[in-house]
Amino acid sequence: MEGSRPVSDMMSEAVTEARGDTVQMNMIQAINSALDVMMERDPDVVVMGEDVGYFGGVFRATAGLQQKYGKNRVFDTPITECGIIGVAVGMGAYGLRPVPEIQFADYIYPALDQLVSEAARLRYRSAGEFISPMTVRSPFGGGIFGGQTHSQSPEGIFTHVSGVKTVIPSTPYDAKGLLIASIEDNDPTIFFEPKRIYNGPFDGHYDTPARSWAGHAQAQVPTGYYRIPLGEARVARSGEALTVLCYGTMVHVVENVVAEMGVDAEILDLRTLVPLDIGAIERSVRKTGRCMIVHEATRTSGFGAELSALVQERCFYHLEAPIERVTGFDTPYPHSLEWAYFPGPVRIREAINKILKD
Amino acid sequence: MSDRIDSDAARAGAGRNLPPLRLHVPEPKFRPGDTADFSDFDIPLAGAQARPDETTQPGEMRDLAYGLVRVLDEDGAAVGPWDPKLPPETLLRMLRAMALTRAFDARMFRAQRQGKTSFYMKSTGEEAVSIGAAAALASDDMCFPSYRQQGILIARGWPIIDMMNQIYSNKGDRLKGRQLPIMYSARDAAFFSISGNLTTQYPQAVGWAMASAARGDTRIAATWCGEGSTAEGDFHSACTFASVYRAPVIMNVVNNQWAISSFSGFAGAEATTFAARAIGYGIAGLRVDGNDALAVYAATRWAADRARANAGPTLIEHFTYRVEGHSTSDDPSAYRSADEASHWPLGDPIARLKKHCIALGIWDEDRHAAMDRELAEMVRDAAREAEKNGILGHGLHHPMESMFEDVFEEMPWHLREQQQKMLDEWKAAGL
Repeated sequence: MEGSRPVSDMMSEAVTEARGDTVQMNMIQAINSALDVMMERDPDVVVMGEDVGYFGGVFRATAGLQQKYGKNRVFDTPITECGIIGVAVGMGAYGLRPVPEIQFADYIYPALDQLVSEAARLRYRSAGEFISPMTVRSPFGGGIFGGQTHSQSPEGIFTHVSGVKTVIPSTPYDAKGLLIASIEDNDPTIFFEPKRIYNGPFDGHYDTPARSWAGHAQAQVPTGYYRIPLGEARVARSGEALTVLCYGTMVHVVENVVAEMGVDAEILDLRTLVPLDIGAIERSVRKTGRCMIVHEATRTSGFGAELSALVQERCFYHLEAPIERVTGFDTPYPHSLEWAYFPGPVRIREAINKILKD
Repeated sequence: MSDRIDSDAARAGAGRNLPPLRLHVPEPKFRPGDTADFSDFDIPLAGAQARPDETTQPGEMRDLAYGLVRVLDEDGAAVGPWDPKLPPETLLRMLRAMALTRAFDARMFRAQRQGKTSFYMKSTGEEAVSIGAAAALASDDMCFPSYRQQGILIARGWPIIDMMNQIYSNKGDRLKGRQLPIMYSARDAAFFSISGNLTTQYPQAVGWAMASAARGDTRIAATWCGEGSTAEGDFHSACTFASVYRAPVIMNVVNNQWAISSFSGFAGAEATTFAARAIGYGIAGLRVDGNDALAVYAATRWAADRARANAGPTLIEHFTYRVEGHSTSDDPSAYRSADEASHWPLGDPIARLKKHCIALGIWDEDRHAAMDRELAEMVRDAAREAEKNGILGHGLHHPMESMFEDVFEEMPWHLREQQQKMLDEWKAAGL
């Protein structure tokens, strides 16, 4: 029986053994490992979505799970996001812990009523009689020439909704630990996976060869159980000159621009948008006196607007320059002009120069 | 030479010779001022519908989606293969639950008119739909109701004072005054939290049923929506899931003819029946006289047995009539004929079951009148008790800070901060 083998061994990409019980994983393998660990530990965890079963998902994140845990716990669904999330609400009410996949974040809109009016409100409206402990996994963000229907970053839609948590990892290590924490969480959680960095970190230069996660410190991932608590940011780089608030793919782009410029920036990888690690943000901005926010999502009412308001409310007397936002434009994600839309090195460099001069 | 495959000649001809296209916008038969006349309404005879075996393939019973399963005939006799042959005590319990539901509705409607709460919705004329189903289900089968199935809670013996506390949104409200009146949640009665967003409960019921099946449980799920909201995408997603996984679920469409002011034609009733929606999904479809408690019971029992036998889901259309307005916020005299309800050819569900019980010799008019008096007093006493916990807008609500509870399992910093700020502001204002 295949059952006793770790699922990651069954995946097509080779897994390099590392020291002890950690191995090198890309982000897809880390997510797969988190699902494997949680399905092993908790018989209530079920995985569902379009193409996630026999085939293992269009990005292979659920590869091998159906083989190991059976079709009652890992199954393909009809192509109706409304139905997928509605069914997951019902399964949660029964007592299961569903992990539905929405194949691309751009497809999540038909499920909004079930997420916003149902999953997010169930605990409140039933005064705790019923809960919706689902974790919705969904690849998001651009940088893969996905055009406007395979590139969006809709996190701001969910951070605006009371009763739902929003989590975005930026490394394989974080992806596994945060996904495990999300699945264990008794509230509905949107887990957006930055698909541009599934296979390797991205420095923002689209015209240079893609890198893999090989050799990256954050790609050494424990094979077993561990969790990263929701609501704790990570200091990706400590520094004194300015604070950059970012998450997902943009953490790597910012890291690279900062290194290229030789700026002593402090880079905060927020990891969880709701609940937000406001303490880490306040500490950093009070120390540096300058705050820049970078996200790929559209600008108006984007999560950067909330971050900017919070920093202004809480750190105003420590600020030495206006807060800078580098974001996607308020346009759909254009196919051929993807790299003009993407808030890449050119725009981040300009913003850093400006905020340091102000 | 052009590569176009449409014909310029046909196009040019079309402009001259074909009639102009027309848009069909449905219109109900009767509007205010009209005399409702249902004489052309074809009422199938009670007992005329065949009753297939519970495991029959959907394709072999399609006629049941277009007919009308009826058990009680004009004389109050139970006839035909769908007669569930219920013992007298069950018949009388159903009759009592239906009468209690009507008495409860009357009292709470009046309470809203007296300004004791914001909103109410009666189920007058539709009592059989809830109570017939509740009687046929096991008490731990999970119900995902819409907003007009209060009869299920009453049939399951949930305390009416708790229902009233919810309606008054008072300090006794188990839901902490958070939900619009009648949007109950009663986990201990296997009754799911009601949403105001229509038909969201449909895929949820299917998901619950799928979980029950995946776990090898024996409990099934049942859900209800109105005919108007079968147009929602959730309905169709749910039917697809139910069909694909053969989920042990009963999907009820309560066709009460009216969705606020929109008659059933706006959900497709001019073209086909709602039970016939099942056919395209390969689901068993039954169309039932929703004012016949025994037909509702029999159809529900058939569907429940089918689900428990792993033979798949059933879609049941309950053909009934919404006697009152949509809610206390609605005035149906503005859009439909005033005498539709009294002319409704399928009668009143309580009167019909009462007639049956009298015909059987297990009931009489005096006992019925005494029961109605007793229930009215019981409801009045419960309302007085509930009002001691407060009525809406009179201060006896849950503590202000409770507003922030249950958004998440643990309150995050931003909600704690907002909670504290609100309390500080009220304190500073001297309140």
